[in-house]
Amino acid sequence: MSNTPDLSRRKVLRRAAAVGLLATPAASFLAACATGGDDTKSGDTGVAKTPTNPFGMKEDSTVEVVIFNGGYGEKYATDSHEPNFKKAWPKATIKHSSTQEISTVLQPRFAAGNPPEFVNNSGTKSMDFGALVNDGQLADLTDLWAAPSVDDPNKKVSESVVAGTVDVGSFNGKPFVLYYVSTVFGLWYSGKLFTDKGWTAPTTWDDFLALCAKIKAAGITPYGYAGKNAAYYQWNVILTHAAKIGGGDILKNIDNLEDGAWKADAVKQAAEAWGSLVGKGYIDKAFEGLIHTEVQLQQNQYKLGFYPSGDWLENEQAKTTPADFKYQLAAIPSLSSSDKLPATAIRATAGEGYFVSAKAPNVAGGKEYMRQMLSKASGRGFTEVVKSATVVSGAADGFAFPPGVASSQAALGAAGKDVVNIFFDGWYKDLDQEARAATNELMFGRLDAAGFCDRIQKKADAIKADSSITKFKRN
Amino acid sequence: MRQGKYLFVYSFLLAPVALYATFVIAPYVQAFYISLTSWRGFTAPKYIGFENYQRLLHDEHFWKAVRHHIVLLIALPIVTIGIALFFAFLLNVGGGSQGGVRKGVWGSKFYRVVFFFPQVLAVSVIAVMFQVVYRPNSSGLINGVLMKLGLDPVYFLSNPDLALWSILAVMVWQAVGFYVVLFSAGMASVPADIYEAAELDGATRMTLFFKVTLPLLWDTIQVAWVYLGIAAFDAFALVSVLSVGNNGGPDWNTTVIGVEIYQNMQQNKYGYASAMGVALFFLTITFAALTLRVSKRETIEM
Repeated sequence: MSNTPDLSRRKVLRRAAAVGLLATPAASFLAACATGGDDTKSGDTGVAKTPTNPFGMKEDSTVEVVIFNGGYGEKYATDSHEPNFKKAWPKATIKHSSTQEISTVLQPRFAAGNPPEFVNNSGTKSMDFGALVNDGQLADLTDLWAAPSVDDPNKKVSESVVAGTVDVGSFNGKPFVLYYVSTVFGLWYSGKLFTDKGWTAPTTWDDFLALCAKIKAAGITPYGYAGKNAAYYQWNVILTHAAKIGGGDILKNIDNLEDGAWKADAVKQAAEAWGSLVGKGYIDKAFEGLIHTEVQLQQNQYKLGFYPSGDWLENEQAKTTPADFKYQLAAIPSLSSSDKLPATAIRATAGEGYFVSAKAPNVAGGKEYMRQMLSKASGRGFTEVVKSATVVSGAADGFAFPPGVASSQAALGAAGKDVVNIFFDGWYKDLDQEARAATNELMFGRLDAAGFCDRIQKKADAIKADSSITKFKRN
Repeated sequence: MRQGKYLFVYSFLLAPVALYATFVIAPYVQAFYISLTSWRGFTAPKYIGFENYQRLLHDEHFWKAVRHHIVLLIALPIVTIGIALFFAFLLNVGGGSQGGVRKGVWGSKFYRVVFFFPQVLAVSVIAVMFQVVYRPNSSGLINGVLMKLGLDPVYFLSNPDLALWSILAVMVWQAVGFYVVLFSAGMASVPADIYEAAELDGATRMTLFFKVTLPLLWDTIQVAWVYLGIAAFDAFALVSVLSVGNNGGPDWNTTVIGVEIYQNMQQNKYGYASAMGVALFFLTITFAALTLRVSKRETIEM
C-alpha cells in the first residue's frame, strides 16, 4: 500500500545531517529499553462477548486513539468517529492525540511495550507495516471481520465493506490492517479544457497517441508525472496497463516474486508503449526534476494534458484548481484488441492504514473502536469531512462528490469486477525504490523496455533469494 | 598538595567527560553493537555476527555511495581551497601596497561580508534555495535565464552525469566563505616585511602568492583540508533534499552513505544501517589520520 495521500505533505526538508548522524545513536537508546516489551496481552478481559460487545470490552475502559494529522486531518476522528464511539459506549473514555510524525512519536512506545490501542499509521514517517507484523505488534483482526456489524447484527463486518478490503490489509492471509479510504487510480484531465478543445478521453492506445499529438499541437504538454518524488505514480500506470494487456495474474506474479514476473511480455509491451512518449516529445523532460505539486500545478494552469494519480488528487489540489477546472478520470487506454481485460479495467484499492496494537492494555477496546468506525454513520461522517469515499458499503450513497471523485467512483462502477491491485511496494521497499529509479530511466529516455524489465527483475530475484526479508503472498 | 591539585582538575573535567561519554561515546559503542544484530526497533535485537558487514560488501548502492565520497573527497577540498585562497589573497594582499601596508582589492571589506553569507544560512535552507536555482524549467533561476536566451534548459539534478557535480557546486558555494575568512586570518598573521622584502626583490603578485603566502599558510590549509574532507563524507542534507527521489537519484547517481543509512532506517533495518554508520566512522577517521600524516611538513619559522 502506498498510502499515497501522504505525498501532499511529504516533507522534503529532512532536518539536515542531524537526522542521519544522530538517529543512529538515538536508535541505540531504544535498544536499552527494547528488551522489556515482550509480554503479549491475552486479549481476554473477563467481560462476556455478546453480539453488541463482540470483543468483550470493559464498558468503562479507555481507548487511546492516535491519528495521523495529514491530508485527511483529524477532524473526521474528533467530529465523527469518536462521538459515534462515545454514543455507543457512554462510560468509555477516548484519549485522542494526533501527530504528523507517527514513527517518531510511537516507535519508542512500541519498543517500551506500552503502545496506544488504535493507530492511524500513515504518512512519510509511518512505521513499516511489515516490520510491525513480523514483530507481533499488530492485533489479528480476524475476529473483527467476523463480528456482527454495527448497523445490521445479521451481517458480519466483512460483509459491510467493499470487496477486497480484508485482503488489502492482510499479510500472508492474516488480516492485520484496516485500509479505510477507497482509492481509484487513473489518468486525470481537465473536463473544461477537453470540452473547450473538443477532445474526448481515449480508450485505445492509438486514440491516446493521436490525442497527445493534438494536445502538443495546441502548445500543451500532453503527459507528465513528477520524476523527483512521485515516480511510483508512473510505474503504477505501466503495471496497470500491463495487467490490462496480460490479465490480473501479471500483477499477482509480480507481487509474489514469481520468477520472470517482470519480464512477462505484457510488462514489456506496456513499458515500451509508455517509454515511447519521450521520443515523441509528449512528456516534458524537466518533469524528472519536479515534485508532484509542481507538476500538478502545471495541470491546473492548463499547461499539462494528462496526469496519472489516485483520486486524492482533487482534494490535494483544491487550493490551486480553477473553479471550473472539473477534474475527470480516464482509465488507462487498452493497448490493442487482444488485451485480456477491457478498457474500463482500473486499479483501485483501499488506502490509509489503521491498526490495533497487540500489546496495548485494551485490545478489545481498540477493536471495538474499529468496528464502530466501520458503521455507516462513521463512514458517512468521514466522507462529509474529507470528501473521499470509504470502504464502508453504501455509506456515501447520495453524497454529492466533487466532479473528480464522482468520475472516479463512476469509473469504479464501470470497471465492475475488472479491478486490479498492486501490493509489492508496501511489502518490499527496495523493490519499489528500484522500480521508481528504473521508471525514470525508462520514461526520460535512458533505458529501453527490455532494460527496464531486466533490472527490476534482477532486484526482485535478489529480494527473493534474501532470507532476511520476510516474504508475503497474495491471491 | 600534588594530590589535591589533581582532584581539583578532575572535578572540573568530570562534568564534560560524563556528558561526552553519555551522549557521544555510549551511542557509538551501542551503534557498534547494533551493527552486529538484526533489529527492527520493536523487539529485542538479535545477534547475527558480521552478517550485516558481509551484506555491505555486496550492496551496490553502498559502493556507489563510497565512490561518490571519493569524488567529493578529491574535488571538494581542491575546488573550495583553490577558490577560497584566491579570494582571500585578493581581499588581503591583492590590492598592492600603500604606504608599506598590503591592501585588498577595492571593496574588499564589502566582499568579505558577502562571502560569509552562505555560512550563516542553515544547510537545509541552502538546499531549498538551490532547488529553485536548479529548477529544470523556466521558473528556475539558471534555466529561466537560459531559456530566455533561447537555449535548452540544463537538467542539473536529473542528468545522471551532472547531478553529483551540481550538488558539489552547492557544497563549494556554501563552504568558500568560511575558508576565505580562515585564510584571511592566516594571511593577516604573515608579517608585512616579508611581502615588502619580496616586492623589493621584484616579485609579482603571482610570485607573492605562490612563494610567500602559500608556504606560510600551509598549516591553515592542512586544517581546511581535513575539515572539507570530513564534510565530503557527509553531504546528507543536500543530497536528500536536492536529489531526484530524495534518495540519491537519479538512479543512485548522487547517493552518499548518510542517505543510504537514512533509507535503511526508514525501512526499520537498524542493524544494517548501523553497520553502514560504523563503516562511515572508520572511513572518516582513516581519512583524517591519513591527511594529517601525509601533509605533515616542516612549519616555516617566522
